[in-house]
Amino acid sequence: MKIQWLKDLLQQNAVAQVPAAVPTQSIPRQPQRVRAEQGETLAIQLALVIDLNVCVGCHACVTSCKEWNTSGSAGPLADVQAYSANPTGTFFNRVQTYEAGTFPGTDTIHFPKSCLHCEDPPCVPVCPTGASYKRKEDGIVLVDYDKCIGCKYCAWACPYGARELDEARQVMTKCTLCVDRIYDAHLPKEDRKPACVKACPTGARLFGDVKDPNSEVSRAIRERGGYSLMPEWDTQPANQYLPRRVTPKMES
Amino acid sequence: MHPAFSILFFTTLAGTAQGLVALLAMAVLGGVVMAPGFLLMALGLAGVLLVAGLAASFLHLGRKSQAWRAVLMWRTSWMSREVIVLPAFIGLVGLWWGLLKSGSSLVQPWVMPVILILGALALWYCTAMIYACLRFIEEWAHPLTIINFTLIGLSSGLVLGCALAAMAGEARLLQAASPFALTFTLLAWFTRMLALKRNGAIKHKSTLQSATGIKSATLVQKSMGMSAGAFNTREFFHGASQALLKNVKMGFILLAFAVPSLLLLWGYSIQHGWPFVLALASQAPGLLAERWFFFSQAKHPQNLYYQVVS
Repeated sequence: MKIQWLKDLLQQNAVAQVPAAVPTQSIPRQPQRVRAEQGETLAIQLALVIDLNVCVGCHACVTSCKEWNTSGSAGPLADVQAYSANPTGTFFNRVQTYEAGTFPGTDTIHFPKSCLHCEDPPCVPVCPTGASYKRKEDGIVLVDYDKCIGCKYCAWACPYGARELDEARQVMTKCTLCVDRIYDAHLPKEDRKPACVKACPTGARLFGDVKDPNSEVSRAIRERGGYSLMPEWDTQPANQYLPRRVTPKMES
Repeated sequence: MHPAFSILFFTTLAGTAQGLVALLAMAVLGGVVMAPGFLLMALGLAGVLLVAGLAASFLHLGRKSQAWRAVLMWRTSWMSREVIVLPAFIGLVGLWWGLLKSGSSLVQPWVMPVILILGALALWYCTAMIYACLRFIEEWAHPLTIINFTLIGLSSGLVLGCALAAMAGEARLLQAASPFALTFTLLAWFTRMLALKRNGAIKHKSTLQSATGIKSATLVQKSMGMSAGAFNTREFFHGASQALLKNVKMGFILLAFAVPSLLLLWGYSIQHGWPFVLALASQAPGLLAERWFFFSQAKHPQNLYYQVVS
């Protein structure tokens, strides 16, 4: 409590650094940056719902995510030794492949994985600088690169491996749910969705507010048996996954 | 987990320095007569080790210019608390050194030793809680992590203190401290073995099934989604063979605990100096190996997602 004045001062400085020339009227819906307290119940929680039944593992969401987020105002995502034998780089989204069952009755399941924007994110309270935070207004978990010291502790505190250190900039990075896109009034309304959602050719990625019972994502979770990853750690991931369904045989 | 040498050096150096400060504080409280020059030298050495530890932890950071921000989140983050307690402890060691050097009678002679013992305990607690508070790294999330950081720190500080006393001819301090050095080394050995036993038998809560939500009993990863490595494949894997892990485990049990215990017993029985110096020489690499193993043995659940390249 005693250093609240210091935080206030820092906050004022951060606000003062925003160029005054930005016309405020052109961005009417951009919410204020307010930090959610630990354990706070939020009215809105934006999230992705991944439909494993239709994901074909094309990696379009991966490349689209990389393209959007490497071109943003926060600077490019690292691509180290991109053209050598051991390339490595920063991605916010990965598509993995699993095989279930035993041959010949096997199922190949493509499994996209990005930050799950947990309702109780274990990565946030451990951050020593406050760079990691969860937004009060929409539940997105973000990293403030200006405050991040690259100690990697938040990545240790994420059971999902959703955070990747940008090894060129030495700051922790992660999925932002395209926060710089979903509120952009310059974009047509149908484009105000995360880049991965727009790119998916099979409609395997749904985006919306999981706290609104009538949203597309809430209905999908309810009707299709949506589930969380690693429920044993009680992180309450906002992102949910829809399981495989048995497709009825077509009459020929 | 991948053991970072910056953290290995930081936790072992600072732990030893805390143990040494605790020994000197206890000796002063217990009325053990030491040459004033020796006390200043030993306390100064503890200060140097602490600053070296702080420098090592600083090297771990990606963006060092922003390091000062790490004190801000002390209400929720054990790392933030440690970042506050460590420099405070260094400051208190410096203050005691200054008071002793100037012969000041500003405070009662028992005040600084008591504060420093409490400070050393607080710092061990903060350091250990950084690891013990991560509930899904099950090898660490246990009170034994805190007990071991404290007892190993005390053991190494006492061994260092005995070696210094032996070299400086401080017979009274050596006589008083060596039984404690042996006791705490044996205690640390015992609780570290308990942790090894517990960690060897852990059945991890997370499985590939809980990580993916795919119910099938037979489930294997076919691709982690990239052909080369990434942060996730480097930071969380030690990359060492099982044989090396086993050898490091045997090595640290011998070098950090078994050999020093025998040497301390020998040194105590013959009341001669050089076994204590040998104990220090054995324990120093042993403790680095112990910390390396502490990190390597911890299995992060995220590794379930990064098993197979393609």
